[in-house]
Amino acid sequence: MNNIVEAVRWLLTADAWSGTGGLWVRSMEHLGYTLIALGISAAIALPLGLLIGHTGKGRGAAVVATGAARALPTLGLLTLVALFTGIGLTAPMVALVILAAPSVLAGAYAGVESVNPATVDAARAQGMSGWQVLTRVEIPLGLPLILSGLRLAALQIIATATLAAYVGAGGLGRPLFLGLRTYDYPLMLGTSIVVILLAILVDAVFGTGQRLLRRIPGLAGPQRAPRGQRRDSRRATAAAPAAGR
Amino acid sequence: MIEFRQVGKTYPDGTTAVEEFSLTVPSRSTAVLLGSSGCGKTTLLRMVNRMVEPSTGSVLIDEEDISGVEPVALRRRIGYVMQHSGLLPHRRVIDNIATVPRLNGASRADARKRGYELMEIVGLDAKLGLRYPGQLSGGQQQRVGVARGLAADPNILLMDEPFGAVDPLVRVELQRELARVQEELKKTIIFVTHDIDEALTLGDQIVVLKTGGAVAASGTPAELLSNRQDEFVSRFLGLDSGARSLSAEKTDDGELLISDAQGRPLGVVPAQTDRADRP
Repeated sequence: MNNIVEAVRWLLTADAWSGTGGLWVRSMEHLGYTLIALGISAAIALPLGLLIGHTGKGRGAAVVATGAARALPTLGLLTLVALFTGIGLTAPMVALVILAAPSVLAGAYAGVESVNPATVDAARAQGMSGWQVLTRVEIPLGLPLILSGLRLAALQIIATATLAAYVGAGGLGRPLFLGLRTYDYPLMLGTSIVVILLAILVDAVFGTGQRLLRRIPGLAGPQRAPRGQRRDSRRATAAAPAAGR
Repeated sequence: MIEFRQVGKTYPDGTTAVEEFSLTVPSRSTAVLLGSSGCGKTTLLRMVNRMVEPSTGSVLIDEEDISGVEPVALRRRIGYVMQHSGLLPHRRVIDNIATVPRLNGASRADARKRGYELMEIVGLDAKLGLRYPGQLSGGQQQRVGVARGLAADPNILLMDEPFGAVDPLVRVELQRELARVQEELKKTIIFVTHDIDEALTLGDQIVVLKTGGAVAASGTPAELLSNRQDEFVSRFLGLDSGARSLSAEKTDDGELLISDAQGRPLGVVPAQTDRADRP
């Protein structure tokens, strides 16, 4: 209990946040790592996941690969890569990308697969090319799930990016490991609280994005008609189950 | 003109959907493929826009074998209307209708203008244009589907049970509207349905299909109703049970009261003298 009080007291001092090794700088580093790792994960896993969802091919392999990747212990992986690349940012980035890519991949193909096959069929029959079907139908309609995958990946990265300090990089792992080595529990606890707050903040940003997305008609299930059109809307919802949505 | 030349479709798993089917649909007429589910009628329809590739035989549009036409380009010049409308739920009604003109490179404004024209043609209030499909009733959605099928002004319109999912009253209304639109626009239509009354209402030519796309009978509605040689056809059309037998009874006023097989009155034929009196 005492440790927690001290941790909070420490967090409330200006000293904790200022300077080159302060929490502010470390938080920004941490966020930066998260963005970079998420960006790389997305760059690799999004196109792949969309391709799998669009073609329906390679899904089995993707499930196996993501399962295997998720089972890898990140710390072990980090150490292993660091043996080859030395200390610095490369090893943690590889580890974080391998950690996060499965979530992004799963979100992407699940998102595309969630689109009503009849809608896709109709789009093709109207004369959309495969690319047009993907970009104009499957991605927009699958966006809620695609975003869920990114959201999950971001949280995993934020929580794990502390490990970057293990091999000499920065981020909130630095004060955390310092606290661990010097038995400074308030420092550890305080830093953990910052990591948690950061995670909540990023999650909230994604949550807001998803809520805004849900306001777009067609992405949110049954629609509410404008005022004065209630009768129509009742007919529409009655027709909706029959319309196979 | 659309021509099926001995087309067949066998799927990789060995099931045969269609075998040796031939049919010629003259330009500007409506052909109805009528049959119960699993008879291959949708498969046949989808061969015309290459959503299904025939395993054997060929499909020709205006004497041109379509197996040599690029599918995407082909589909953009053929209207396609399906059951459950198949509209894009995340796009406004007007943009759904304007899909194909947009794909063909029309500007957004031009495509929307065309969309509003079509809404008028299919009897939709222009106000609905800015709504989303989910905010429309089933019948309205089907109208949007028809408008979308017509948007690029295709010569050919493929309709796959377009009115199958709406209630009977709306269905009759939509059939009537389609007949009116066809009167005006004169497209070559292939219409798939399992509803006999719908086939009789809309078809210039009706093809009754058995399992495997085998033609049980074909002809004009009148020919089908008067020709009862084939037992399957009679049964399918309900001729054998007497469901389509009508009886006439003379009333006191000299009118003819027409009743159906169950004795329910359907209408009256005015007395002959009345008609003769009219100039």
